[in-house]
Amino acid sequence: MRPALQSIVDEFADYERELRLELLLDYANGLPALPERFAAADRAALERVQECQTPLFVAVEVVEPGGEGGGTVHLYFDAPPEAPTTRGYAAVLHAGLDGATVEELLGTPGDFYVQMKLAELISPLRLRGMSALLGMIKRRVSAATAV
Amino acid sequence: MAVERDPESKFDAYAHPERLVTTEWLAARLGTPGLVVAESDEDVLLYSTGHIPGAVKLDWHTDLNDPVTRDYVDAEGFAQLMAAKGITRDTTIVFYGDNNNWWAAYALWVCSLFGHADVRLLDGGRAKWIAEGRELTKDVPSPAPTEYPVVARDDRTLRAFKEDVLAHIGHGRLVDVRSPGEYSGELSHMPDYPQEGAIRTGHIPTANSVPWKRAANEDGTFRSRDELAAIYFDEQGIKSDDKVVAYCRIGERSSHTWFVLKHLLGVADVRNYDGSWVEWGNAVRVPIEK
Repeated sequence: MRPALQSIVDEFADYERELRLELLLDYANGLPALPERFAAADRAALERVQECQTPLFVAVEVVEPGGEGGGTVHLYFDAPPEAPTTRGYAAVLHAGLDGATVEELLGTPGDFYVQMKLAELISPLRLRGMSALLGMIKRRVSAATAV
Repeated sequence: MAVERDPESKFDAYAHPERLVTTEWLAARLGTPGLVVAESDEDVLLYSTGHIPGAVKLDWHTDLNDPVTRDYVDAEGFAQLMAAKGITRDTTIVFYGDNNNWWAAYALWVCSLFGHADVRLLDGGRAKWIAEGRELTKDVPSPAPTEYPVVARDDRTLRAFKEDVLAHIGHGRLVDVRSPGEYSGELSHMPDYPQEGAIRTGHIPTANSVPWKRAANEDGTFRSRDELAAIYFDEQGIKSDDKVVAYCRIGERSSHTWFVLKHLLGVADVRNYDGSWVEWGNAVRVPIEK
């Protein structure tokens, strides 16, 4: 796993159980704003995950595809303030994987979040959204680098 | 009842007008002795970002569910939970939350299983409170612990299990409140997001599709009594003395419809099948229709 993501996972695991949700909220609050170049029209096309979950904007850019490590990946997310958990998931992935090489990103284990010890605090059905989001990013990166 | 009912005229036509309060009514009564406001959300972090002043958090996953068995907390666990939230047996609890009050209705329903008498929903929920620019706070109250009696949960009257639903087919009404795609079985999962684990898709035989959202206005408030009666009584042919079971995927959207049928339309015998499609669509040899 990429060291930046591993250190976040360790950070969560080291926190007291009661404080882990606060840490996720800190990440949610720190999710970088979407750059201006993503037009409002794009944002309007937020992907609605499924009826029980929240709209989420995801953009993936690969710089110098085919370069060292397959290129460098940049990630952009947006989710409404009324969805702090989704924002928190996105912020963890942003902090851990933005700037990763394509190889690093595609090599991230799909179950990396298990070690964050959030399972007692967030229902498994909802927690799975984290791996689903990673899966979506991987597919986008694969598509962006396909020859 | 500990606190008088909201005299809002829209509520008068409902079978049980005392089950709803408006944002105006609640805003004027925050801090009233005997009244506890409880927020129950889909999003586990939302309460921490700001909530109605004085409101306690009641989390469907960590508070209301048993951590090991797939079931609700037991009588002792429920009594401890209520005591910790400053709730007595006589307290008026007003529930509100995100997503059109799905989880608020769910928490209200769980409290009803334990026979807590005075439970009400905030019409329009969290979204309406915020849209009206009303006060929010991040201060978490620390209520003085109360004495709450240990009362057994009644799983027969308001709750249906899989076996009950099997026996119910052909003998009562089944209302599937999920989206049309889920009902028809077309929606197994979306490409990027595996659905909440059901191996089979479709619906329970004889169930009618009445998506929960039909009961709600755009602002999340409930439709008027006449509009609801037109949907459930006239169009669906449900009668107030029918036996009805509502279900969705994990029981929260169907709590919304359960509330509508039970408290707003006055159907006497309505149960919520909380196992819902996550159980039915994974169970061996239960009948399924597409």
